[in-house]
Amino acid sequence: MTAPLVLGFETSCDETGIGLVRGQTLLSDALATSMAEHERFGGVVPEIASRAHLEAMVPTVHKALSDAGVGLGDVDAIAVTAGPGLTGALLVGVAAAKAYALALDVPLYGVNHLAAHVAVDELEHGRLAEPSIAMLVSGGHSSLLLVPDLAQDVQELGRTIDDAAGEAFDKVARVLGLPFPGGPHIDRAATEGDPGSITFPRGLTGPRDAVYDFSFSGLKTAVARWVEARERAGEPVPVADVSAAFQEAVVDVLTAKAVRACRDSGVDHLVIGGGVAANSRLRALAQERCDAAGIVLRVPSRRLCTDNGAMVAALGSRLVEAGVAPSGADLGADSSLPIEVVSR
Amino acid sequence: MLVLALDTATPTLVAGVARWSADLGVQVLAERALPSGNRHAELLTPTIREVLAEAGLRMPDLGALVVGLGPGPFTGLRVGIVTAAALGDVVGPVHGVCSLDAIGDGARSVVTDARRKEVHWAVYDADGQRVAGPGVDRPEDAPVTEPVVGDVRFTERLGRPVTAAEVTTAGLVRAAAPLFDRPAVPLEPLYLRRPDAVPPAARKAVSR
Ligand SMILES: [Zn+2]
Repeated sequence: MTAPLVLGFETSCDETGIGLVRGQTLLSDALATSMAEHERFGGVVPEIASRAHLEAMVPTVHKALSDAGVGLGDVDAIAVTAGPGLTGALLVGVAAAKAYALALDVPLYGVNHLAAHVAVDELEHGRLAEPSIAMLVSGGHSSLLLVPDLAQDVQELGRTIDDAAGEAFDKVARVLGLPFPGGPHIDRAATEGDPGSITFPRGLTGPRDAVYDFSFSGLKTAVARWVEARERAGEPVPVADVSAAFQEAVVDVLTAKAVRACRDSGVDHLVIGGGVAANSRLRALAQERCDAAGIVLRVPSRRLCTDNGAMVAALGSRLVEAGVAPSGADLGADSSLPIEVVSR
Repeated sequence: MLVLALDTATPTLVAGVARWSADLGVQVLAERALPSGNRHAELLTPTIREVLAEAGLRMPDLGALVVGLGPGPFTGLRVGIVTAAALGDVVGPVHGVCSLDAIGDGARSVVTDARRKEVHWAVYDADGQRVAGPGVDRPEDAPVTEPVVGDVRFTERLGRPVTAAEVTTAGLVRAAAPLFDRPAVPLEPLYLRRPDAVPPAARKAVSR
């Protein structure tokens, strides 16, 4: 018997992602993005993102179907990001998914975006070891999770108390005059720089600080002050060195806390997801530290680290397999859906 | 032909099924008008299920869908449009109409709440044809003529009596009737306003 075909909808931010998954096999992953429209605003404008989702919805569904070589009538279940994310953006996806589920008469699963970032790794690296520790880092989230059962039991160990990791990249990029989104530009600039040339603060790493929480606001301010002092002194700003030193401060804290969480929990598998997981230094340092600590590291390919529909379909597929009840007819969006709610 | 009509352009969610024919016009078979506020996304598909069940119909029985394209508050408006687009993708075709066209009948002006102390408005002639609008303005500046129907809360600021009226299934189907013989076109929401967004000013110093 073939596994059910799951169609996934992701619209929590600026990407309209529609993916098709059968079991743990990725069939297609169609994406429309409004990123270019947000660039001049230096950040995602929710109303612009929502308008773009509506325009892109049906064409992107069809792109996913044709890439997978299937028809709407072949779909066995639908999954959609129900939160967390931008309310107006989430609602476009939720409404569309509910309508397709109604018209196709298939079950609908409203899922947690963060859990979906973990689930997507199964499409590339097979079944997740349970429990695993998961670290999700992007422009919208920075969380450390303990995952005893991805289909129904995900626990939060820590999260950012201010900016998300990706947000810090965006803000520092702006200070350095690099384009939005900042992550890829800082990653590139940093390859030419010396991470040890400047020492920036590591947030929440003191003995009395919350062990698994993150803070990137102080780091961002420290970088801005350092750059301003240079500018005031009439000296050139060494963009590559600042990028490398800032990036090192971020990934040092992230990887240290993730490895610590594994050790403390007695868990030997770590999954990293989210847009910041595309950062080359994070991937390298995480690998180094996991190797040293005897932890198996799993990071999805860059394409699947950022928001996409396949991750939602992957989690939906997991839920179907686990026999979790589908969502009620009154499913809505919850912009601050807690991670403990894997599906609702 | 059996038609499913939807509208989420106002705080009242409207979903109904009707039989339409060129000779007999509109016969509404089942209809709901829910004061759902900002819960359109939660309630729309369950409400569609209800009206279909009440009319004894299933999705594939439908010959066409009609949806109000606004104007209306953007987030709620999109729920109706994307729902219709997705349903229409499976059972199609789907036709979009100006939501104001589905409020009241005959010669009238229509006003609805556009928030920010403004109204959405349109003016219709004796044949029910829209002759001005849709527009968005302060009530004092909206070029409406009596009788005015729609949101009664604007009576004072319009300086004219407003008779309460809302979007109806019959109104949506009547407004869409001229489109039924034509190929469906992509659904374009009537936003009437640009997104609120300003490019950031020059970087502010964090220290001085
Ligand atoms: Zn994400």
